Amino acid sequence: MGHNVIDIAGISKSFDGEVALECFTLSIADGEFLTLLGPSGCGKTTILRIIGGFEEHDSGEIRIDGQSATNVPPESRAVNTVFQSYALFPHMDVYDNIAFGLHVAGKSTSEICEAVQEALKLVRLEKVKHKMPRELSGGQQQRVAIARAIVNKPRVLLLDEPLSALDYRLRKQMQKELKELQRTLGITFILVTHDQEEAFTMSDRVVVMDHGRIVQVGSPRTIYEEPSNLYVASFVGEINVLDGVIKSRGECNYVAEVEGVTVVVKSKRDFKEGDPIHLLLRPEDFRVEVMQDLEESPTLAKKFAKALLKGTVDRTYYKGATYDVDITLADGKRILVTEFFDEDSDSLYFNPGDRVAVGWFEGWEVVLPHEG
Amino acid sequence: MKDSLIFRRLVISGILGWIALFGAIPVLLLTGVSFLQRHPSDLIEAVFSMESYARLSDPAIGSMLFKSIMMATMATLLCLLIGYPFAYIVARANKCHARTMLLFVMIPFWTNTLIRTYALVAVLKADGFLNTALIFLGIIDAPLKIMYTQTAVFIGLIYTLLPFMVLPLYAAIEKLDHRLLEASRDLGASRWTTFKKITIPLTMPGIVSGCMLVFLPALGMFYIPDILGGARTMFLGNFVRDQFLIARDLPMGAASSIAMTSLMGIMLLIYYRNLRRSGRTVRL
Repeated sequence: MGHNVIDIAGISKSFDGEVALECFTLSIADGEFLTLLGPSGCGKTTILRIIGGFEEHDSGEIRIDGQSATNVPPESRAVNTVFQSYALFPHMDVYDNIAFGLHVAGKSTSEICEAVQEALKLVRLEKVKHKMPRELSGGQQQRVAIARAIVNKPRVLLLDEPLSALDYRLRKQMQKELKELQRTLGITFILVTHDQEEAFTMSDRVVVMDHGRIVQVGSPRTIYEEPSNLYVASFVGEINVLDGVIKSRGECNYVAEVEGVTVVVKSKRDFKEGDPIHLLLRPEDFRVEVMQDLEESPTLAKKFAKALLKGTVDRTYYKGATYDVDITLADGKRILVTEFFDEDSDSLYFNPGDRVAVGWFEGWEVVLPHEG
Repeated sequence: MKDSLIFRRLVISGILGWIALFGAIPVLLLTGVSFLQRHPSDLIEAVFSMESYARLSDPAIGSMLFKSIMMATMATLLCLLIGYPFAYIVARANKCHARTMLLFVMIPFWTNTLIRTYALVAVLKADGFLNTALIFLGIIDAPLKIMYTQTAVFIGLIYTLLPFMVLPLYAAIEKLDHRLLEASRDLGASRWTTFKKITIPLTMPGIVSGCMLVFLPALGMFYIPDILGGARTMFLGNFVRDQFLIARDLPMGAASSIAMTSLMGIMLLIYYRNLRRSGRTVRL
């Protein structure tokens, strides 16, 4: 991955007294696919616009390829943007749109022609090169916007929620294509999105943002499996938050009381006796068995000794490959569990009113200090 | 649903009727008259003749036409030059400021143009506001002679017609998507290149309608040359008026005004032809 292509050091920015970015520091390696993930208004688009040169920051410093980019206008930056609305020039056809950057840079006609053809091929749009933008579908417009940016061979490609206007199926397809494109070109991609699935599918690294600050930076897997706080945990995917208290410290684990039940939990964090905690579990981390089955089968009961929480099934939702179960625990807390269909037994499907035991795969729990 | 359909039809047919009655029919009558002959007592004689059109190529009339078109072109260009930056600033200003600035553009409409033109006399005449102010400030020693010159006519035309340039330009620039300008800068175009390649082409419909709204009246407004230019300079507008009201040569007056309209039509046709040739269509 080599050196850093972008260094952002302590950038702050506010609009009319409203803080958009607060001491934002981040280095982006050459050739990586980085995603800024967060809800609307978290400052992710602002940082993208600062990198693009459309917004000036109040304090801090930004370097592109080691050169300070402060006061460098957008046209002089080796950075190109794919805008959320695509911003295709409506008075030019596909070819002219893609050729615009090269044309402005004063490239020769033959050079432009060759580069545009190549870009068109890369995004598979050779057939529509003389159509006007309004004659294209959303997905095609999206591709033109990408081709128009990459044809200039930028050091960094900025993508501002590029897929948000596409329907689900097309979005899935474009995610794969974008990732593939990034591998082929070796250009650094910085993507802004509020869709965690999109972020995880494509990125090498995800930056989770909230209120103009970075909350966590890490690989998609780290973000999902080891969220640094409740905000990250609940932003990326469904999560169940159980409350508890640390009872005592073991050798490499803790004994805690969670939702009124004593359990053993693992954590690298440092807790003291009596610390209130959150125990986070993804819906797919749970194991659920019907109480009656456990009572009837000692082997199953033994295997399921860790099934500690008791509850009642409220509802089930059929999802195709999986199904979701709403369970109310004995102390009234509601949780969501995702179960996979077991091909061997068709009876393994819960019914509302079933009394169940809920456990989880050991060590899959995340323990965080209590935030309230 | 049915009510609204009836209502829509009523409104549309009403408007169509209005245009036919006060737009199409007069133009057709005028076209008809332009191909007839003049009659000493009955004004027109129902004999087909191209004589009026032939007389348009008369050197005296030809030079008057040329002078009028030059004057109108200059006025249009200057209106565009003043109007475009102004409209741009208004369109890009925040809503509250834009409203105030547009109000200033509209205020002159609250007074009759004829009265405003006379007011301009009070400004431009030898002992008018302009000269008094310039002498008072010591910029000039003797009053400038502006009244009853082509300069006065020029000033009058621009003063009267500028709003007609600003309003369509404002509408076009306001619709311009700011993100397109950002995209252009992002792709390496400077401010000036962006203006040339994105802003101007995309606001062309506004430029064209603004120019039309200024050029035609600039050719036809007879009271401005009358009041500000004295009777010395003859422009197309005065000429047409004189043909109808003084010389009583209806076919000649009709022919010259039809010629003027045709000229404008041809220019528009060329514009649209060029647009289509480059594969681009424009919504006006």
